[in-house]
Amino acid sequence: MGELVSQETAGSVGDVPERGEPVEMLLNMGPQHPSTHGVFRLVLWVDGEKVIRAEPHIGYLHRGSEKLCEGEQYHQIITLFDRLDYVANFNNELVYCQAVEKLMGLVVPERAEYVRVILCELNRIASHLLFVATMGLDAGAMTPSMFCFRGRERVQTLFEAVSGARMMHNYFRIGGIKEDLPDNFEQLVADLLPLLREDVGESDRLLTFNEIFLARLKDVGVISTEDALDFGLTGPCLRACGIEYDVRKAEPYSIYDRFDFDIPVGLDGDCWDRHYVRVQEMYESLRIIEQALDQMPSGDVASSLGRRLIRPPEGEVYARAENPRGEIGVYLVSDGTDKPHRVKVRPPSFCNLSAIEHMLKDSWIADVVVILGSLDIVLGEVDR
Amino acid sequence: MNCVLAEDNILHGTPLLRWVYELAGLFLPCWLSYFIAGFVIMFILVNAVLLGAAVFVWTERRLVGRLQNRVGPNRWGPFGMFQPIADLLKLIVKEDLIPQGADKIAFVAAPIIMVATAILMLAVVPFAKNTALADLNVGVLYVLAVTSLTSVAILMAGWSSNNRYALFGAARGVAVLISYEVPVVLCLLGVVIVAGSMSLADVVTAQAVPFILVQPLAMFVFVAGTSAELNRTPFDVAEAESELIAGYHIEYSGIKFGLIQAAEFGGVVTASAVIATLFLSGWAGPASNYIGWLWLLIKIGVVAFLFIWIRATFPRLRIDQIMAFAWKFLMPLSFINLMAVSLEVYFLRDSSGALTTTDLWIMTVINLVVFAVCIPLFGSLIRDKVRPAQLQPTARATPGATVQQAGGEVT
Repeated sequence: MGELVSQETAGSVGDVPERGEPVEMLLNMGPQHPSTHGVFRLVLWVDGEKVIRAEPHIGYLHRGSEKLCEGEQYHQIITLFDRLDYVANFNNELVYCQAVEKLMGLVVPERAEYVRVILCELNRIASHLLFVATMGLDAGAMTPSMFCFRGRERVQTLFEAVSGARMMHNYFRIGGIKEDLPDNFEQLVADLLPLLREDVGESDRLLTFNEIFLARLKDVGVISTEDALDFGLTGPCLRACGIEYDVRKAEPYSIYDRFDFDIPVGLDGDCWDRHYVRVQEMYESLRIIEQALDQMPSGDVASSLGRRLIRPPEGEVYARAENPRGEIGVYLVSDGTDKPHRVKVRPPSFCNLSAIEHMLKDSWIADVVVILGSLDIVLGEVDR
Repeated sequence: MNCVLAEDNILHGTPLLRWVYELAGLFLPCWLSYFIAGFVIMFILVNAVLLGAAVFVWTERRLVGRLQNRVGPNRWGPFGMFQPIADLLKLIVKEDLIPQGADKIAFVAAPIIMVATAILMLAVVPFAKNTALADLNVGVLYVLAVTSLTSVAILMAGWSSNNRYALFGAARGVAVLISYEVPVVLCLLGVVIVAGSMSLADVVTAQAVPFILVQPLAMFVFVAGTSAELNRTPFDVAEAESELIAGYHIEYSGIKFGLIQAAEFGGVVTASAVIATLFLSGWAGPASNYIGWLWLLIKIGVVAFLFIWIRATFPRLRIDQIMAFAWKFLMPLSFINLMAVSLEVYFLRDSSGALTTTDLWIMTVINLVVFAVCIPLFGSLIRDKVRPAQLQPTARATPGATVQQAGGEVT
């Protein structure tokens, strides 16, 4: 992070510039701004409508989650992970549980694995729906956001039926899940899927190939494949550059190797590709859920640990998973007590956000919000 | 004392004013009754615009709600009709802030000028036969002059606020207004040529065939240009809420904000009235001698619905794209329209220079063909940039293969 620049001094131009010479003006965007997706601050040096330089400032939502983890018992940490990426709670719970399971060598009941996958993929759809909604809003279209929120609301209603909460579920447990599903869960999901497909399709038809939307997003915020790899982009942002890299395929965790699904990739690495890759991913997630529903066995879901206090053996472990925003990694060090010695999270949003300065160079002011929106950051995860 | 309005008075053609003037003249001096008659008309007009703005706000919110699968305001009054009134009351009692460092005079004057221009525009629109407030013989010019005043008000608001977002909004707004003025004026020229007069009342009488059919290109350019001048989607860069938060009126609060909103939505109503008059044959319709005002209201509603519909559907263009749209798309179209109309009028008019209804129908056919050819042609010309050849991502491959090709590593 750079130094905080005083708005009074940095914005003043001083001497009258020569004709044709660029005039720098400082424009402070955020932390209170409708399009920074939370408390994110961008300091822009602009010449007219063109951005000369951009400087991101983060940390407004820093809660010290990683440090807090060191003072909590293993089971209590799950709820902290809920609050990292608060749009994809289940995915976050999953990666933490997997880290501890890996450390302890626990085997998760078959049925619990399926429940986890279904919930995670539903959460991915909900998260991507939110992305499409905000992408439309950033580009100035109001209506698709309402269609998307209707779909997201349906998913959250299902989550509430399952876990009792619409967000911050605290439902996965180390070695299993908290309790079995409602009796009619299969029916609920089977009813939900066609509706969800319709919601996704409706916003897709309204927005994705709209001429104005294409004009706003195509060839905007382009990042080359090499740069994307250098910046450590993951998830849809990386796949939009044409790289077929998805942790679910590259290093299948949980039971993802049992499903047949594709990895949508873009061609140009621009904002529109990042948008369309996510739209396509929602359809793939629906495919995964359908297959999981077919294969789902009956049986126990609870952890073999029961309600015992967990003391994993001494050691360290790194687990990773494909979150809606990209690859999330959890590095966990245990010293043999009931609390972890160190927990480090590799948040996808944070790594994706690191490329913003590079992407914003020589863009229009109107493109700033579109590019930022296309990265789909969640500040709870960036600042932790 | 009996006062009679002189025949050559500009307001003589307004029956209501004449009636009030003569009634008040029965027991007041003539000069005073003249003022009273003027105030009565002004009162009606001002309230027509403000009430129209309120009705439009309600319609827009309900309609956009419907289009977006929402309910919209439905609490206060039947179907939530009093919601704008409640909003206005709230705004009136709010604290009215003037930011530190603001240019106070310009800051206060800007909203008033905005409302004034919105109201002034209605002065020349004929509501029914012989019921324009002022049947100016340069009515079309007057409309153009008054709409341009809005840009001054926007610049005043943005500059005086001492806020960089407001400055950006103002600069954008003025740039858009100035650019779109040109094609709008050019396509109005076509209307004037066919009508043979600049008076809006004459334009209505000249529309034996509505000008939307006679000059579809002009209608298209005019609606696009007007929605840009009104800062409506997809041209609402001046107050783009996702980029500039609120643009030029970001620092306004209380009644000043209310005035700006009223001017904005009232502007839509008055602009719809102008469009209805110029292209949809205004008050003309069956039984228009009795219910001409109803026809005008219906046509205003149709145009306003068009604006709302567009707003609910389209994203926003970027400022450079808006400029390109004006200069590279609307400009040539308005030139083509002007050329076509001039040539047609030149060859079709009779010795006295008048056009018959048959002539108008012939023009309609020709111009519809021109419209059908020009829009796709010029549309494809400016579209090339935004439509790349390939638009379909999605592929299936062995994971990791491409990463290595690109020089990366899979761990």
